[in-house]
Amino acid sequence: MNVLDRKLFRDLMRLKGQALTIALVVAVGVANYITLRSAWRALGDSRAAYYEQYRFADAFARLKRAPDSVADQIHDVQGVATVYPRVVEEVLLPMDDMITPAHGQLISLPTHGRPPLNDVYVKAGRFPEPGRGNEVLVYEPFAKEHGLRPGSTIPAILNGKLHELRVVGLGLSPEYVFAIEPGGITSDDERFAPMWMSMSAIAAAFRMEGAFNDVVLRLEPGADERAVLVALDRILEPYGGLGAYGRKLQISNSILEGEIAQIEAMVIVLPAVFLAVAAFLLNVVFSRLVTLQRGQIAVVKAVGYRNSTIALHYVKMVCVIVLIGSLLGVGLGAWLADAMLDLYAQFFRLPMTRGRIDLPVAINAIIGSFAAALVGIGFAVRKAVTLPPAEAMRPPSPARYRASPIERVPVLRRVHQTTMMVFREIWRRPLRTLLSSAGIAFALAIIILGRFGKDAHGPILDLQFGRQQREDISVNFTNEVGNRGLGYLAHLPGVDQVDGFRVTPVRFRSGARWRDSVVIGLPPDSHLRRLFNRQFRPARIPRSGLLITNVLADILGAKPGDIIEVELKEGDRGTRRVQISGTIDEAFGIQGYMQKSSLHELLREGPTINTALLRVDPSREAELQRRLTDIPTVQSIHRKRTLLERFEEQTGQTMQVITLILTLFATAIAVAVVYNNARVSLSVRSRDLATLRVLGFTRAEVSAILLGEQAVQVFLGIPFGLVLGTFGAQGLLELQADPEQFRMPMLIASRTYAFSVVVILVAAVLSALLVRRRLDSLDLIGVLKTRE
Amino acid sequence: MPETNPNSERSAILAAQDVSKVYQMGDVEVHALRGVTVPLYEGELMVLLGPSGSGKSTLLNILGALDVPSSGQVLYHGRDIAIAGDRELTEFRRENVGFVFQFYNLVPSLTARENIALVTEISETPLDPTEALELVGLTDRMDHFPAQLSGGEQQRVAIARAVAKQPKILLCDEPTGALDFKTGIRVLEVIDEVNRSLGTTTAVITHHAPIASMADRVVALSDGRVASDRTNDEKVSPAELTW
Repeated sequence: MNVLDRKLFRDLMRLKGQALTIALVVAVGVANYITLRSAWRALGDSRAAYYEQYRFADAFARLKRAPDSVADQIHDVQGVATVYPRVVEEVLLPMDDMITPAHGQLISLPTHGRPPLNDVYVKAGRFPEPGRGNEVLVYEPFAKEHGLRPGSTIPAILNGKLHELRVVGLGLSPEYVFAIEPGGITSDDERFAPMWMSMSAIAAAFRMEGAFNDVVLRLEPGADERAVLVALDRILEPYGGLGAYGRKLQISNSILEGEIAQIEAMVIVLPAVFLAVAAFLLNVVFSRLVTLQRGQIAVVKAVGYRNSTIALHYVKMVCVIVLIGSLLGVGLGAWLADAMLDLYAQFFRLPMTRGRIDLPVAINAIIGSFAAALVGIGFAVRKAVTLPPAEAMRPPSPARYRASPIERVPVLRRVHQTTMMVFREIWRRPLRTLLSSAGIAFALAIIILGRFGKDAHGPILDLQFGRQQREDISVNFTNEVGNRGLGYLAHLPGVDQVDGFRVTPVRFRSGARWRDSVVIGLPPDSHLRRLFNRQFRPARIPRSGLLITNVLADILGAKPGDIIEVELKEGDRGTRRVQISGTIDEAFGIQGYMQKSSLHELLREGPTINTALLRVDPSREAELQRRLTDIPTVQSIHRKRTLLERFEEQTGQTMQVITLILTLFATAIAVAVVYNNARVSLSVRSRDLATLRVLGFTRAEVSAILLGEQAVQVFLGIPFGLVLGTFGAQGLLELQADPEQFRMPMLIASRTYAFSVVVILVAAVLSALLVRRRLDSLDLIGVLKTRE
Repeated sequence: MPETNPNSERSAILAAQDVSKVYQMGDVEVHALRGVTVPLYEGELMVLLGPSGSGKSTLLNILGALDVPSSGQVLYHGRDIAIAGDRELTEFRRENVGFVFQFYNLVPSLTARENIALVTEISETPLDPTEALELVGLTDRMDHFPAQLSGGEQQRVAIARAVAKQPKILLCDEPTGALDFKTGIRVLEVIDEVNRSLGTTTAVITHHAPIASMADRVVALSDGRVASDRTNDEKVSPAELTW
């Protein structure tokens, strides 16, 4: 080891506190990049490979019933490569281990060979064999929840009749990466099960021989998707087509895409913040180091060392810090990436390639952090190199202070001189103060971003499941039933209150724009279903016309007062012109609302319902559920509390982990900023502070001057951080998974703001106290006896 | 043998009593003071003479409560401050002692007047900062920052700052050490003026023997011991000093 390297090593040991805090910020930046980038790649690559290998379709359509020959017609549409007609049916699964029956979605498998599109990835067991009518391949997560294995049986109500299905295999499908049942708000592995069954068995059970009610397509490369969808709708129109859609609107894909896009948006921004903070701190620390080592640099130069050697000396020093940080970051990143993918694996069911450090990603992260560090110390090193030795031997010219114009304000003229010292120091280096405050602001914003999701969570659940959906149980019917059906339900055991509404699938069309959704017809006096907007204010359905969610209005480019077309997907399937009488800013879905009677008029039908809402006596709920399951026309039963618990459990867990990690990360920034600034400040001002001690100032008074400066930076940073966090939260909401499915209201609780501020203050105070300890051991005499 | 103290009947405001100070420098013990007894009498101007390494700065620091002795007592009005804690020492400095150092030690971010106000803000019966500056003849420079003042001017501000709280004792450690002859004389004049007009008990450390002529009393230190302690009967004004 040469002498300069020895010096480097000893200097670093002396600077260990500062080096370590900066290395931690680098580590967090690198870890962030590796985590996000690895997750992004793992999700993206796995998705692409999975879609390719299991032939995920490009276009989808549900319909009532069409003869198999219609598939040939579809095949003739220009741009269509593969047509795969299927039968898909909703079934109830009255599992022994649950009160409310689970929901199954039976998907037909071709009689011979594998499905040409939307193939099934069999994880255990085998495909059902043709001819064995009761064999099914079950969605693996559902099987796991219920302890089902190949050989187990599941009770299922097919077309009103109870069957016993035999599980022969467990599988996954690109169609159900995020499995969410029709009309559901989140995935629920316990209650929703896609199941695959041979075509002959389903057709027999549902009387669909020689027909299909679902079709998926693969398009030719470069095909015009929109044109294909329009043609598909035209062909399926006579067969009760419910509207064709592309991959983009396929629910599972749309949620997965949304998540990937969200990671992609953060993959640059978040690590960049950390590396920028590290670069800034390296600049602060190395500028001071070079000033302190002025004399040493002069001597080394005087004896003949080259400028490049001296520059390299400091570059090496920073490289050691960054290297330590990077290596820590790679380790932390690899671990976090794994944890993040574990978390994703709970929601997104796809075979994921993982378990290794993505080398190019790690290398990019390390290169990025070195680049940031070199930018950070560039000026300091330049200063060291360009200083002529003779000048370097002399003490540096004294710092120039000046009175700021603000001091002319009479009130400010009366402040204590110690306050003035703090003020002038800040005034002398406004940029440093500004950047330090920016660092604090970012740290605070990051804490808010990690936590705000929780805030909207409680109130929105309360709104949706407390005030809006006031029922305990909702029941969907396979077909509409007369209003008197409600009377029947009211007499079932345990039913306290009953209400019903009518839902109908439609295509909303305004000019060239259209979107498939539903119109919900609510009775005006409904006790069990009320409407609220995201601002938590109650909304009313106008006496006539249509109330639509504002997201749907945006999609259609329509506003209240406009007349739009509503293409019915049942009844006479006619097209009606309806006026939009208002919009509602709701958290879930893109539906429209009408008075129930108006909807009946629109459908040209008598009073009917297809969803019933029940308020029940909890002690008799089990009995009631059994009775409901026995009703042949019941398609699904939802228990609100279960839904709520599931939603809370899923989002709650994720939130907690994210809050913790981001809070720790942000703390690293706050600690590094305050600690390093305070250390440098102590080094710069030790003489002033010692003087004050000699003059009779107490330790507390002297600390107040040193830490006052840090306090100002922190307090300047806090309001900016609050604003930044608020805007960041808004930005993040706009990026959220699937805005058509769920829109988190913009709500940041005051306790989140308070929590963020407290974390920052605690981190700042602790860092400051670490430095204050050094103040106590200030050598009063030594400092005063030497010339700076 | 040290000479017998000719002032033993006068009252000492501050006194080092048999004070020793041992520093540990690595493996070596350095005896900076070896049983030194030096009283400081009310209102006098004492010059503490000695070559470098004789222990005079150590003695001054101990008298000024910047340091504590290894053994012996430091009596202020008869009370031993050598056994006081940090808080009491700070309090003692704050109330009673003014310091002037070789390197001025002004706060660079405060103007001359503000440097003085720094002290007057924490004192109970301070002079007005302007008054203190008047005393050292620098009222016209009061809004200048230290970097805008010459060395002599900075030292005069430092003296003004030291006396502005009207301390009982003014301790000056080589106050002219960094200054040229003419400026040094001007600074000594100010110290003399403070001693006479305010009656502040003053101790000046120097290794410059001629400065002793302006003192009421001269104590010489050598190798950590008092070599002599005498009253100066032929006191001259600083303007008459030569070296």
